[in-house]
Amino acid sequence: MSSKGNFETGLDKFNRIRTGTNVVFHLIFIVLALLCLIPVLVVLSISLTSEDSIRESGYHLFPTAFSGDAYHYIVQQGTMITKALGISVLVTGLGTVLGVLLTTSMGYVLSRPNYKLKGLLTWIVFIPMVFNGGLVSSYYINSNMLGLKDSVWALILPLAVSSFNVIICKTFFRSTIPDALIESAEIDGSSQLRIYFSIVLPISLPVLATIGLFLCFAYWNDWFQSMLYIDNQSLYSLQALLNSLMTNVDALAKNASSMGISYAELVATMPKESARMAVAIVIVVPVAVAYPFFQKYFISGLTVGAVKG
Amino acid sequence: MKGLTETESAYMLIAKKTQGVANMDMKSGPKRLRIRWRTQDTELTLLALPTTLWYILFCFLPMFGLIIAFKDFKIHGGFLSNVIHSDWTGFKNFEFLFKSNDAWVVIRNTLGYNLIFIVLSIVVPVTLALMIGQLHSGKAGKIYQTLMFLPYFLSWVVVSAIVWAFLSFDKGIANQFLAVLGNDPVNWYMEPKYWPYFLVFMNVWKGLGYGMVIYLATITSIDSTYYEAAVIDGASKWQQARYLTLPLMKLVIVMMFILAVGRIFYTDFGLFFQVPRDSNSLFNVATTIDVLVYKQLKSATLGMASASAFLQSVMGCVTILIANWVVRLVDRESAMM
Repeated sequence: MSSKGNFETGLDKFNRIRTGTNVVFHLIFIVLALLCLIPVLVVLSISLTSEDSIRESGYHLFPTAFSGDAYHYIVQQGTMITKALGISVLVTGLGTVLGVLLTTSMGYVLSRPNYKLKGLLTWIVFIPMVFNGGLVSSYYINSNMLGLKDSVWALILPLAVSSFNVIICKTFFRSTIPDALIESAEIDGSSQLRIYFSIVLPISLPVLATIGLFLCFAYWNDWFQSMLYIDNQSLYSLQALLNSLMTNVDALAKNASSMGISYAELVATMPKESARMAVAIVIVVPVAVAYPFFQKYFISGLTVGAVKG
Repeated sequence: MKGLTETESAYMLIAKKTQGVANMDMKSGPKRLRIRWRTQDTELTLLALPTTLWYILFCFLPMFGLIIAFKDFKIHGGFLSNVIHSDWTGFKNFEFLFKSNDAWVVIRNTLGYNLIFIVLSIVVPVTLALMIGQLHSGKAGKIYQTLMFLPYFLSWVVVSAIVWAFLSFDKGIANQFLAVLGNDPVNWYMEPKYWPYFLVFMNVWKGLGYGMVIYLATITSIDSTYYEAAVIDGASKWQQARYLTLPLMKLVIVMMFILAVGRIFYTDFGLFFQVPRDSNSLFNVATTIDVLVYKQLKSATLGMASASAFLQSVMGCVTILIANWVVRLVDRESAMM
């Protein structure tokens, strides 16, 4: 941070905690970091343990008898997990694009100082931040009136917009896009739609990335919408699948006939415990790989405007 | 669908603090002369139309739907006609709700857990943020911080699977550990006495990384010349933290506190529903308003569910507005309106 001159680096060196304290701090943080990492590793270890070993001696921190059966099984058994993965990817992709468009368009409109209906729209965005209809009426309106029950849109639409994101966008546009730029485009006869798509969006990548990543993680990790609206198993996302496996692990044997054996036979032989944890790993791996990079955007997203004033 | 989550309000707070973000200005900035409706206004309205429609369908219609708390609502048929045609029952649904013991237990849990969470979600991340900046190796600090951020990105379903790996009665790691020590296995999901600790721990565990980001952002935004001056005056590390860093963080801490208090009627549904695995033995210690509403909704005791949801919405709104009012008193810039 402040290593401009010798004086400052010297000062930094002088102004340090003692080596003993440093070691203690390191130990505390190592314990905390392990506390956050080990639980995930345990799930990985269980997913790699042979079913017999789990049945005999339970879960362990390290695989007692290594086996890739669970992964072999979910690849071989195929359809159910591939389908769930497909739904998860579809919902995440479509939801993120839709959410970014809905959020930024509203943010842009609210950022135009001379817009006539700005007051009204600001209230429309603001009121839901302090008051909401609650779970029960939302549920009945979505499932009964809007017909979202057992539809992929039930997983996408309710999460697409949040007032908080709209305000972030509005603030970003307000503080980074010069009025003169928009006005000159207006004088040149561009429509607002064109200004939004070909001027505003291309120069606003940082805020698009931030909002997009927020939405991406929210959609990938969502299980609540599925639990509320989805009964049809072929529309289960990975999260919904894992959720149902937590209560009934035999559900994994659902399409036994496609594998040429009977349901009962499959239930008896399949690697239930490890396969369940393998599904959890399929969910966690993309997140765990992505978030260290995401984290950078996340934190820099917080200071987006600071650089540009 | 719950308005601002804690995360979001925290994010906004930092955004405001670090970028000098403007308020939600209800009375828009420099008002120019009232001119007539232009083509631009039509175009902007069209551009805002999809999102406005979204707000009407997913936010404002449910608000209207809240009146079913005062009605004898039946599920079959279209929603709107049902709402209009069902009979008014006054406060009967609320009477039923409060006659059952559940309501009081659940309100106690919601407020109790939230109070503990609020205190811990400030004390723990602030302490750790102060500590992590002091490590001699900045690189190690980054690694620790990244690892501690991991739980934040896991869904509660995955967390529930993780907890199950530890607490399962016959296979769980916790019981194997007890066996090694020569103790009897414990049926964790049947024993209410442990769960307040588990739930508090899980909450801190999951939110730790995020809280640290918030408070570290505040710490790094402090001008380093303050510390140079302090060192030259002979301030020890402890004194620097006590008399320099903490006072400069005070405003953000106070804001986070007030905003969290404003959300005291809302809880993290995933924590209280997924982690205890909906175990009936744990009802008294692990059910909060959100969980109760969901359970009543699923068991089709609609009258009570809508009454609970109505209470939560109204109480939540009142506390958020009060909190916002207090924020305005403390620091005008940080208020939502």
